[in-house]
Amino acid sequence: MAIRTEPFILNMGPQHPSTHGVFRMRVTLDGEVVLDVEPVVGYLHRGIEKLAEGRTYTQNIPFTDRLDYLASMTNNLAYVLAVEKLAGIEVPERAEHLRIIMAEMMRIASHLMAVGFFLNDLGAMMTPVLYMWREREKLLDLFEMVCGQRLTYNYMRVGGVSHDIPEEFLPALRRFVAEMPGLIDEYDQFLAQNEIVLARSKGVGVLPEDLAINIAASGPVLRASGVQWDIRRGDPYSIYDRFDFDIPVGSAGDCYDRYWVRVQEMRQSVRILEQAIPQLPQGEVCAKVPQLLRPPVGEVYGRIEAPKGELGFYLVSDNSIAPYRFRIRPPTLINLTALRDMVIGWKVADLIITFGSIDVCLGEIDR
Amino acid sequence: MTLLEQFQLWLGSIWPEWAAYITPAIIGVVVVLGFVLTTVIIFIYLERRLLGRFQIRTGPNRLGPEGIFQPIATALKVLLKEDIVPAKADKAVHWLAPVIVFAPILLIFAVVPFGKGAIFTDLNVGIVYVVAISSLSAVGIYMAGWASSNKYALIAALRAVAQMVSYELPVILSILGVVLMVGSLSMNQIVESQSIPFILLQPLGFVIFFLGTVAEMNRCPFDLLEADSEIVAGYHTEYSGMKFALFYLGEYGHAVAYSAIIATLFLGGWQGPLLPPIIWFLIKIVAVFCFIVWMRATLPRLRVDQLMAFAWKCLLPLAVINLFIIAAEVLWLPESMPWIMVVLNFAFAGVLILLWSKLFTLGGGRVEV
Amino acid sequence: MKFERYGIGIAKGMMVTFKHLFRSPITVQYPEEKLAVSRRIRGNELVWYPDRCTGCATCAKSCPHGNIEIVTHVGDENSYVVDKFEVDTGRCMFCGLCVESCPYEALAMGISYERAQYRRGDMVLSKDALLLSDIRRPSGYARPKVEVTLPKQTLLVYWDKDREEGGQKVNFLTLSKKRGRGV
Ligand code: SF4
Ligand code: SF4
Repeated sequence: MAIRTEPFILNMGPQHPSTHGVFRMRVTLDGEVVLDVEPVVGYLHRGIEKLAEGRTYTQNIPFTDRLDYLASMTNNLAYVLAVEKLAGIEVPERAEHLRIIMAEMMRIASHLMAVGFFLNDLGAMMTPVLYMWREREKLLDLFEMVCGQRLTYNYMRVGGVSHDIPEEFLPALRRFVAEMPGLIDEYDQFLAQNEIVLARSKGVGVLPEDLAINIAASGPVLRASGVQWDIRRGDPYSIYDRFDFDIPVGSAGDCYDRYWVRVQEMRQSVRILEQAIPQLPQGEVCAKVPQLLRPPVGEVYGRIEAPKGELGFYLVSDNSIAPYRFRIRPPTLINLTALRDMVIGWKVADLIITFGSIDVCLGEIDR
Repeated sequence: MTLLEQFQLWLGSIWPEWAAYITPAIIGVVVVLGFVLTTVIIFIYLERRLLGRFQIRTGPNRLGPEGIFQPIATALKVLLKEDIVPAKADKAVHWLAPVIVFAPILLIFAVVPFGKGAIFTDLNVGIVYVVAISSLSAVGIYMAGWASSNKYALIAALRAVAQMVSYELPVILSILGVVLMVGSLSMNQIVESQSIPFILLQPLGFVIFFLGTVAEMNRCPFDLLEADSEIVAGYHTEYSGMKFALFYLGEYGHAVAYSAIIATLFLGGWQGPLLPPIIWFLIKIVAVFCFIVWMRATLPRLRVDQLMAFAWKCLLPLAVINLFIIAAEVLWLPESMPWIMVVLNFAFAGVLILLWSKLFTLGGGRVEV
Repeated sequence: MKFERYGIGIAKGMMVTFKHLFRSPITVQYPEEKLAVSRRIRGNELVWYPDRCTGCATCAKSCPHGNIEIVTHVGDENSYVVDKFEVDTGRCMFCGLCVESCPYEALAMGISYERAQYRRGDMVLSKDALLLSDIRRPSGYARPKVEVTLPKQTLLVYWDKDREEGGQKVNFLTLSKKRGRGV
């Protein structure tokens, strides 16, 4: 005989310790069991798409920093690639290599945050976060050395990058690349085999393969569900076709696999960095591009594999100095649409870790 | 005879009887209160510094040498904060809850032996008294959660009741093992009969008791009541100012009290060579507490259904088996050879934990809705 | 039959935290200890050199927010005289585009980072407030000549190794011993 119970609505957020920003979930609960989730987004809306229509192509680069503020470099990259495609600009070799180095460093930094906060959502009292912040901080130091900021880099330019690297950069990066695999091993030892982590995350928040494809999920969320799809391989941009790396693929599509895929991707990024550093050619870092760029009339969709998934920019040009339409395809907003299907029937605690394992960034969702 | 009773007798010879009865009692209360409050402050400092070092930070180190005045500053800050009561709160219950959480902790110390004869009152049912008193705070936590009229607090309150009830059983059963071996319920006797600490004689009982008490004092990995990543601050979400301070004191007071009980029951209490008993006792309390902090720095928390499953499917059967093993050993093993028992029980503990770990399943827990 | 889930993962994790207990903390005790920032830091506030500025307003045009307000009049010798050069640093996002675009190197990013104000109005900097001074120094962002004169950045990558800092060797361990004396 079932006891008659009455569901109640819990309003989680926008101010909540683990909503990773200002995100709100209207959760219908039956005791601890989640019956329904309704994400409410828009608390961080700044109208970047509209703002961008009134600014020149160069002036829009700092705005892309503020989309996914944990991975500004790749946002820059996606945008400038789209503009280059639109205007047909060739990028010098050295700039291509620098872009790849920066993008992979950014991927490591972003995944460190994702993994750390996923473990924090599991309840591990800030310790993994602080360990991973230490590594991320090393990367931020390097970014700061190159472009002068730690979070909003504004480093990529249409036609290349804004500055060449200083001479101290490569030795420091080499040292980081040398010690990072050992540190990842240590993190694996720290919590990856922990019984509590396994019990909490294995089989929890499963996103089946067909559903993942149908909602157009991308990035680690898609790969954890067993789909081998990485734009760096599937639709190579920049010079990714010259590097040798694996695409880690999960099998179960649960929270643990998403965590595992991210950790493996960090290892692969380190591998790409190892290959890119010795190859780095000398030369120009930016092509000659007029300050007020006027791309020919047309439209273009440029996409890259950002740390969180497929980040795309759809640009329409009317041959003026500003884009006519500036549309962003944010990976995490689209991944977030899977949340409801993943958590129904699970407990509140699972809702939190599933949400954490998607690794959202509200700057990108609300734009 | 405890020191306090001796003092009472001596006073009785010079003072009227009622004064001789009341004065030592008041002195005792003041001493216990002072002890609890100072250790709580020291423990808060210790935990923050230790957690800092585990997390490659420094921890608070600004106020006074190495930051030792930081807990005092924290206390002052909390006391000066505005006391906010939610408009729809049940005012009386909301007010009473922190007191009910905090008071039992002081009462526990009445039967904790700090040294030979240094015990407030040597109750002949000491350990039963501890168990009875310590479960009172569950009521306080439930009141806090209910009276706040906050959904997070309510979830925490319901979790609290389930958790306390479930973990009380294995804790009591593992205490029974100790009691069987000692043959007395008095805390003093328990300490005095530990020529070999019970952690060696009953390793399994110690593990069960330790995990159970960690769960009862809501510490990691069983800190579901204040799981900040899920339900904000749990039952004290709606508390501020002095009332919050009482919860905070209560949390650490619990930690002190249970560390003291663990030290008394399993680590030989105040017994130890060379150093004076009170020092040994404090060293043991601090050691237990440091271990708890270490766990907190490392472990994530369990989910609510896994927490229940752990209590009922793992700790409870193990505690029952442990009790039977101890009973059989007390009955049939010759008392002159305790070391056989040590070896035997370690073997039993290893085998049982290995066997039970086979029941451990990963994931799952989805409910069809 | 495999016995792998009996707590060995928990024990390993506990060992990792235990190892960290003996590693030196990476905290930097901020007001007493300051690490050298990047030579290219896009720090707070801009530095303006009136003698180099021609009043061309390229910087104002390249600013995404239109923070820079320039008013000029034509002086003698057919050059512009800058009457008003005002930057609202409260709206500035320190993107550095204005500095990059200045053709005469008359504008530079600042190197400082302790520039909090109590009022928004105080963040609007006019001509005189933007001049080079002891507290307002240029950073090397897009100014390679300035960049080489600045001290090298402290890097966390070398946190367990000796590192050069202002000519003398400092390592994070000795730093951590110096810490904790209170204010
Ligand atoms: S730094 Fe950027 S936002 Fe600030 S004034 Fe210069 S161009 Fe404008
Ligand atoms: S771009 Fe340079 S020279 Fe032109 S107005 Fe701005 S600061 Fe002066």
